[in-house]
Amino acid sequence: METSLASAPMLRPSTWPDALQSRAEHPDAAPICGGTDLMVDINFGRSRPAALLDLTSVEGLDSWELIDDGSTVRVGAGVSFTTIVEELSHLCPALAQAARTVGSPQIRNRGTVAGNLATASPAGDAHPALLACWAQVEVESLRRPRLIEIDDFFVGPKSSALASDELIRAVRVPAATGPQQFAKVGPRNAMVIATASFALNLDVAGRRVGTGIGSAGPTPLRARQAEQMLEETLIDRWDSPGAVADDVIRRFGALAGEAASPIDDVRGSAEYRRHALAVLARRCLSWTLADLPGASARQVARS
Amino acid sequence: MTVTDTATRSSASAAADGVGVSAPRPDGVPKVDGSFVYSSDEYHDGSLWGVTLRSPHPRARILAIDTSQAAGVDGVRCVLTHEDVPGSKLFGMNTYDQPVLAFDEVRYQGEPVAVVAATHPEIARRACELIVVDYEELVPVTNPEIALSGQVEGLPQGGLVRHVRIRHGDVDEARATAEVTVKGRYEMGTQDPAFLGPESGLAVPLGDGGVELYVSTQDLHRDQRQVADCLDLPLDRVRLVLSGVGGAFGGKEDLNVHIHACMLALSTGRPVRMVYGREESFFGHVHRHPAIADVELGATRSGRLVFTRVRLVLDGGAYTSTSQVVIANGCYFAAGAYDVDNVEIDGYATYTNNPPCGAMRGFGAVQSCYAIESAMDRLAAALGMHPLELRMRNAISEGDLLPTGQPVDGPAPVQEILSYLRDLPLPADSDHTTGDMRARPGGVGNVTRGEGIRRGVGYALGMKAIGFSGGKDDTCTARVTVWIRDGEPVAEVHCAAPEIGQGVVTLQAQIVRTELGVRTVELRDSDTDIAESGASSASRQSWMTAGAVVGACALVRDEILERAAAVLGSPAAGLSLDGTEIHDCDGRPVLSVAELLGPESVSHAYTYSHRVTEPVDPERGQGDAHIAFAYAAHRATVDVDVDLGLVRVVEMATAQDVGTAMNPLAVEGQIEGGTVQGLGLAVMEELQFSDGRIVNPSFTDYLIPTMLDVPPMPMKIFEFPHPDSPYGLNGVGEPPNLSSTPAILNALRDATGLELPRAPVRPSDLVIELGGRANRRASARPLQA
Repeated sequence: METSLASAPMLRPSTWPDALQSRAEHPDAAPICGGTDLMVDINFGRSRPAALLDLTSVEGLDSWELIDDGSTVRVGAGVSFTTIVEELSHLCPALAQAARTVGSPQIRNRGTVAGNLATASPAGDAHPALLACWAQVEVESLRRPRLIEIDDFFVGPKSSALASDELIRAVRVPAATGPQQFAKVGPRNAMVIATASFALNLDVAGRRVGTGIGSAGPTPLRARQAEQMLEETLIDRWDSPGAVADDVIRRFGALAGEAASPIDDVRGSAEYRRHALAVLARRCLSWTLADLPGASARQVARS
Repeated sequence: MTVTDTATRSSASAAADGVGVSAPRPDGVPKVDGSFVYSSDEYHDGSLWGVTLRSPHPRARILAIDTSQAAGVDGVRCVLTHEDVPGSKLFGMNTYDQPVLAFDEVRYQGEPVAVVAATHPEIARRACELIVVDYEELVPVTNPEIALSGQVEGLPQGGLVRHVRIRHGDVDEARATAEVTVKGRYEMGTQDPAFLGPESGLAVPLGDGGVELYVSTQDLHRDQRQVADCLDLPLDRVRLVLSGVGGAFGGKEDLNVHIHACMLALSTGRPVRMVYGREESFFGHVHRHPAIADVELGATRSGRLVFTRVRLVLDGGAYTSTSQVVIANGCYFAAGAYDVDNVEIDGYATYTNNPPCGAMRGFGAVQSCYAIESAMDRLAAALGMHPLELRMRNAISEGDLLPTGQPVDGPAPVQEILSYLRDLPLPADSDHTTGDMRARPGGVGNVTRGEGIRRGVGYALGMKAIGFSGGKDDTCTARVTVWIRDGEPVAEVHCAAPEIGQGVVTLQAQIVRTELGVRTVELRDSDTDIAESGASSASRQSWMTAGAVVGACALVRDEILERAAAVLGSPAAGLSLDGTEIHDCDGRPVLSVAELLGPESVSHAYTYSHRVTEPVDPERGQGDAHIAFAYAAHRATVDVDVDLGLVRVVEMATAQDVGTAMNPLAVEGQIEGGTVQGLGLAVMEELQFSDGRIVNPSFTDYLIPTMLDVPPMPMKIFEFPHPDSPYGLNGVGEPPNLSSTPAILNALRDATGLELPRAPVRPSDLVIELGGRANRRASARPLQA
């Protein structure tokens, strides 16, 4: 007992095939990269993994690349939030803005989007932006690689579609074709877990509206009705939206609030969360509309 | 104790790194580069790890404890329960009522029940889980008003720790003459000291059956007495040494690992380390008392206070700790820093099954300052008067009688403090549409580009006593030794004063340089080998330690000059000392100290006492209870997003009288730190409970301000020398913690027009569309330009 207690085995593969092999052979081993979730759980006694599968030495995980003729950003599982802030703020503005709100500089240096996904907390900062951008999660096991649509990834509180022998290899995020926003409410001005968060993506090329809601339901959510309503409003105006009526913006906020299914907890009440989401959605919409080519200047000043 | 006169002081100030200079901290660089040894870093070859098993229930009867399985685990060296406590099974700051290890009944969640020593902390933790405690759960009493009702059973003293009554003048009569009265109820949640260095220490068993304990604490000798009593050892077999303290704020006055680590060390014959985990730490120390305060103020139409009436309830939790003193201190200053002839104050500290509350920076006066300063703004609104003008019209001054009947003595420059805040230009409006999002409410959350933002400005004034009050007269002893090393004089100071971040180590060296002129000053560890220093609490340690070190230096100087006089054959009275040389009456060097002392040393201890105080009487609360008073005020400027309820404090302007700034940089640090701790209490810091259980025992959900929540703090440090203290210094650490919180609350009220009767304010309280959780204010008057 003593040896196993004092030092859980540490598996340290250096290649991706070895990592998959270790994952298959040690299903009880907890994958660790940034460790910003897992180490907290271990320190608090909430998690005692039989072993750790350290992915930090696996070659090729800590870089990003453009694929699909430059239309998609493939973010390796080991890419830190700091790298996303520094290098992807033009290609993935909502994700980069979300990355800015993650923890402290030290945590952003360690933490990764893939780790955020693997933890699958409803409060994970990256999730609303990934939803709004229709990201895909690239996962792999010895059995096969597969792509999981972000809408199919979150299956419950801290529970995902990732199988016990699978590892996340990368996240594919379509590059922005129009304005995006991410906003997050918490009772502190930095280093805070979201009480509620919202991401919005105006996909000008695809004529689509993407949204994501964080911390206001058992999983990250999409505000489908809000998306549909706005797509209908913009249907023939994507290239010259002009001024969008106030009641459209208000309706969009209300639909975003209604899409949530929040609870009362230590971080805030359900009522506050729903209200805050509506405010965030309104504001994100007015900012993105103002950034559309051909927007009316009036849009900028309104809340 | 003779006060060093002004002439001495001004020449003293010239000494390099002497008094009045921002001498660098000796522990500054080591704390930054990581080489500083905190109590959690203490290490000894072959040491075991101690871990505590705590009650999961806020209230339960203990029917049985079975440790057999845990004791059988490989690597476990011992498992101890209440049956193994050698001496007193109870300990406490003033009243021994808290079990070393629980027996019969646990009274709060997290109460220690058993301790385990093992070769590895994880083994000890898992062995703890194998201890079987058979509990019969009982319904916890968690509401202090219910505890006070006398209707519940099972609480000590019927639920009442202490009722403090203060009667000054005649409130009933005065009420008839008041032209305007206001009433308000103000509540405050539970603040945690939230120090970053968790409770920790190392106990080493000694050959003589005694024990040595390296521990972070605020008072080595009070700890030593409790540890010795519980171990059933004479005091001289229990030696305490101060280890690096990573923050305290009052939360390290009560014992934590002390007795447990010593018991485990004595039982196993091995050194034992204990370090509380981050979550465990929230259960391992006392918190600031949550408060309910009812305040009624009466005034003339011109804004002169006619009467003040306060009922203050502080929930002390499961055990007494310092509650009986905290409630007294809260009551002494419940009428604020105002001259008012008729005052009625009733304060109650209660027992409940919430975690114990005790000392925390401000010591009861934080709660009462928040209440009276909130009520003063309400009165200003009712009078249609600027809140600062109302305060200036009623500010206390030297010679005024406190509600306890004691005349205010020492400098009371409240008008000067408030005038500074009045005359300081307000910060410029922020441009939120462009500019840095970190300057906006919500910060990096990117929630606003100016939408919903309203600005507010609020003021508050605070006053509290410095040093121990009410007949608890204390002393501080220091020894100063001078000898020659490599031809140069070296001074060593030995004092038990705990360095808890305030800079008392820096100060001791500054004083020796000033008094003796010796450049090289070394500090021995603070330990119990010397007589007591008293606690680093009540903003008293600089005053008390300075008195002791100045006194010891004077004795050393006198002996050196006597010796020189004997050698030179001239009277000592004509000689002086500048560190390396003895000078004659014309200032000429006539003998070197190195030559004089040779291989000998000169060493003297001195015990400093402050003036005598008396307890207040139980009926009317009258008595000369205090040695000194300190004053500070804040002007808070806030931006509030009233759609989301988020706050950015834009500026915290403050002014404080510190008597003499012994180390100006350290003074600024104390004022900034106290202000920020008050900011936390205003807008985010709260331990939340559900049926006596803490629901946010982590820094994930117990939020303290980050650098992005901290605003610029323009400050004015007044130096009106105190006539009774060494160098004229006054206590600095607590006053900035008093007025910070209510200044922000008043600014938020100004911005939103909401009553905001509870601190800390949560976002949902500030959302105007949701109606806040509060009512609208009657008439919030816009501030004048």
